[in-house]
Order: sequence, then structure tokens, then C-alpha cells
Amino acid sequence: MKVLIPGPLRPYTEAREVEADGTTLAELLADLDRRYPGMRFRVIDEQDKMRPHMRFFVNREQVFELAHKLRASDEVQIVQALSGG
Amino acid sequence: MARTSRKPAARKRTTAGRAAPARRKRPAPRITVLVATRKGAWIFHGDAARRAWRADGPHFLGHIVNHLVLDPRDGRTLLAAAKTGHLGPTVFRSDDFGRNWKEAARPPAFPKAPDGEKGRVVDHTFWLTPGHASEPGVWYAGTSPQGLFRSADGGVTWESMPGLNDDPQYRMWMGREQDGTPDGPKLHSIIVDPRDPAHLYFAMSSGGVHESVDRGRSWTPLVQGLEVVENLDPANIVFHDPHCVRLCPSDPDRLYQQNHCGIYRLDRPSTLWTRIGARMPKRIGDIGFPVVVHPRDADTAWVFPMDGTTVWPRTSPGGIPSVYATRDAGRNWRRLAAGLPPRHAWWTVKRQAMAADAREPVGLYFGTTSGELWMSRDEGGRFACVARHLPEIYAVEAAEIG
Repeated sequence: MKVLIPGPLRPYTEAREVEADGTTLAELLADLDRRYPGMRFRVIDEQDKMRPHMRFFVNREQVFELAHKLRASDEVQIVQALSGG
Repeated sequence: MARTSRKPAARKRTTAGRAAPARRKRPAPRITVLVATRKGAWIFHGDAARRAWRADGPHFLGHIVNHLVLDPRDGRTLLAAAKTGHLGPTVFRSDDFGRNWKEAARPPAFPKAPDGEKGRVVDHTFWLTPGHASEPGVWYAGTSPQGLFRSADGGVTWESMPGLNDDPQYRMWMGREQDGTPDGPKLHSIIVDPRDPAHLYFAMSSGGVHESVDRGRSWTPLVQGLEVVENLDPANIVFHDPHCVRLCPSDPDRLYQQNHCGIYRLDRPSTLWTRIGARMPKRIGDIGFPVVVHPRDADTAWVFPMDGTTVWPRTSPGGIPSVYATRDAGRNWRRLAAGLPPRHAWWTVKRQAMAADAREPVGLYFGTTSGELWMSRDEGGRFACVARHLPEIYAVEAAEIG
């Protein structure tokens, strides 16, 4: 499925938009990490929680659980909500 | 894996490089100063006299870099502890002195907690220490919140050290949010005894100074003689706040410490710290973050006092920055401020942001919270500003290469 990548993660993907697979958001992130090693840990911590300021949207609706189910036709967007100086 | 390369604009050649003769001589060793800041890292290359400095950077512009350290065992591997404001923490490594960087395959991270339990999360790696000379590839890392990690492959993969991180007593001594520094409680001052790779020290802000004689499998507090904030109980390890601990390379039985509550010295095998800061001028006090030791003279150390009165402004006392040096193991202190601003300089120096080289005479270096890099070629006799307008400086290391 199509995954939209925020600017801070583009050193990993070198692309604004990539393809990856998974039947859940957790599987999708695991696949992204296989394709772009190291990327997952920058957005998901070692306790499998979304890091603060990292947001995930499926078909433009924000989701909060890594167990969220995905279909191949879904569009996933990773967003970094920037704050601070 | 994120890879970054040094930008072409940063790869300026030196005049000496352009004029290299056909028969190249081996270049004289040069001092390089590694500067980690809130917005990236810079490498300053000195000339033979340590007078002219060439800036290489920024590396990791926009990343919060807490420590940038050279591996003295090979003279070319650099490790950088980095994160951004929002991306998770990581470690970058370069085996060509910063020309190219690769991210650690497994950065420091706490073990995943069993279901139903709350696990800990590394916010940032704060401190990096190369391992013993006899153990190439070994590194130690201290994190916030407090954790100790070890790499055996030059910083590519990191393992949690369970003898500390999973010890129930130590988890208590690590305290909670209110016991730490404003941007998180930190494990720092990881020291490897140059005579014995199994003999380690570390310190926690807060949480005391600790020692291991079995490569970190078990630890013992080393806080006797240290004072704590008034009305708190020094028997409670949580209340101890060592800011920086250094071991003297010329006498590994001697440690100096800048603490939240004064300057101390410890001569092993004693376990009793002596408050040597009591001999500092009363109007300056003996509060500060860094302490630096002389590479060849264990009686010499330098500190950078800060204002620890009332609400703890943590600026230079009175806006007058000064280094203080002892030449007799803390019996007497001398103010060193030639070349520094005489007044209206409201910055200070953080615990990792002061360093010494091993030249004769010793070069002293410090970076300020206002983004200035200062150095002295004569052990503090006179200071000169190397760079201004950098981001807030978190760490300074002096390394000899070539």
C-alpha cells in the first residue's frame, strides 16, 4: 500500500511516498523497517508505543493503535507534529 | 538506515593540503575539538600551534547531539549520540572521521516489558565512553532516563546492562522525574579504569556515584563524604547529585568530582570523598557542572563555577566567567580568566562541555550555553574564542589525530 513519509524520515526512504505491506499498522511498520532499517525505532519506542508527536493516519483518519487493521487499498500517512524551538 | 554525508561546502581544503609536495611527509599530529550542540555537531581542526581552527560542519544539523566522541584506540572512529526534537534517539557512527555516517543497527533501548507492565523508554543517549584499550570495539553509553548500555562491535549494536538497568535497588535509586535534570535524569561519567577493564565507575544525576569490579555485573555506591541538599538525608542514594566525575590518567586511584553540592576528591582505596571546594573563594562558591583533570599531573584540575544561589541561575557568578584551577589537589584554587569577558557574560559551561588535550602545555577547551567555543594553549593562562554563534553547546572533547 501507499505510505506517505514525513520530511524528517526521508533520509531513510529518500522518497516522499513509498510502498510497503502489512495487514496491521504494526506489520506495516515492521515491513518499512525491513526496507529502511532503523526507521521504526525513530517513530515507535522499545515498548511498542507511538512516540510523542508522531501521528499515523489511515485514509486521512488518525489511528492510535498499532493493531489497527489495514487493507491493501489503504493509504497510510506518517506525520510529525512539529513543536518547540 | 539513515545515512548522511558531509556536505561538499564543509569540505574545505587547507592551504597546506593544496600545496602538498610530491614527497608527502607524515603530517604532525593535530588537535581536533569535537563539539556537540543542541542543533548539530561541529569538528574543529587545529593547526600545529593550536592557533588557527578550521570548522567542519554542521553534522546532523537540527539534531540534538549530546556527545561526540573519538575512539582513541583507532583514532578515526567517531560516535555521536543524537536525536531530534521528535524522532527517537539513536547513535551515529563514522569510521572515516565524520566524512560519512551510518546509524547504529540497534541503538540503546531498554528491554521490552512483559505484558501489563510499564517498560522504560530511552529518551536520549547522553554519554559515550570508549572501552578499555585491550577491548577494541567495546563502548559504553549512559542514557536518560538512567540506563547503562554496552556495545561490543564499535557501536553498531547496543545491549542493556541488566546488572544495573534491571536491578530493583538501583531502579529505586534512579528516582523519578522530580529527581532528574530539567531535560531528564541522566547517567553520565562512565569511567573505565585504564589498568583493569573490569573496574568501572559511573554517576547519575541524580542517584550517586557507583563502582563495579566485575565488568558491570554488580555495582556498589560510592557516596561516602558527599553532601546533599540541606534537610535531605545523605544516606538516601537518590539525593546524591554528582554533576561530573573524572579519573586522573596519571594516577588512576585519584578521582575528582564536581557535585551539585561542591567539589570533591577521592583517593582510592579510600571510599571517603573530601570536599576540596571548601577552599574556593566564598563569593564564587564551589558549584558547577564540569571538572577537567590534567593528563600528567594528578594534583591539577580545572572547574568552571556557576551561580548556585537562591533559585540557581546557573550562570557565571555575577556574569563574570572564570575558570578555577588547583595545582595541589584542591588545597588551593587560582582564578584563570585572562582573555575571557570581564563582565556581562551570563553563560555557563555544561558538564560535558569542558576538556583538556594532552599537549605540553595542556590545551583547555570549553563550550558555552551561548554557543561560544573557547580554548587556552597554556593550561588556562590566557583564553581565546575559537568560534561564536554556534547553538547551545552540550559537549566538547579534545582529540589528537594524525
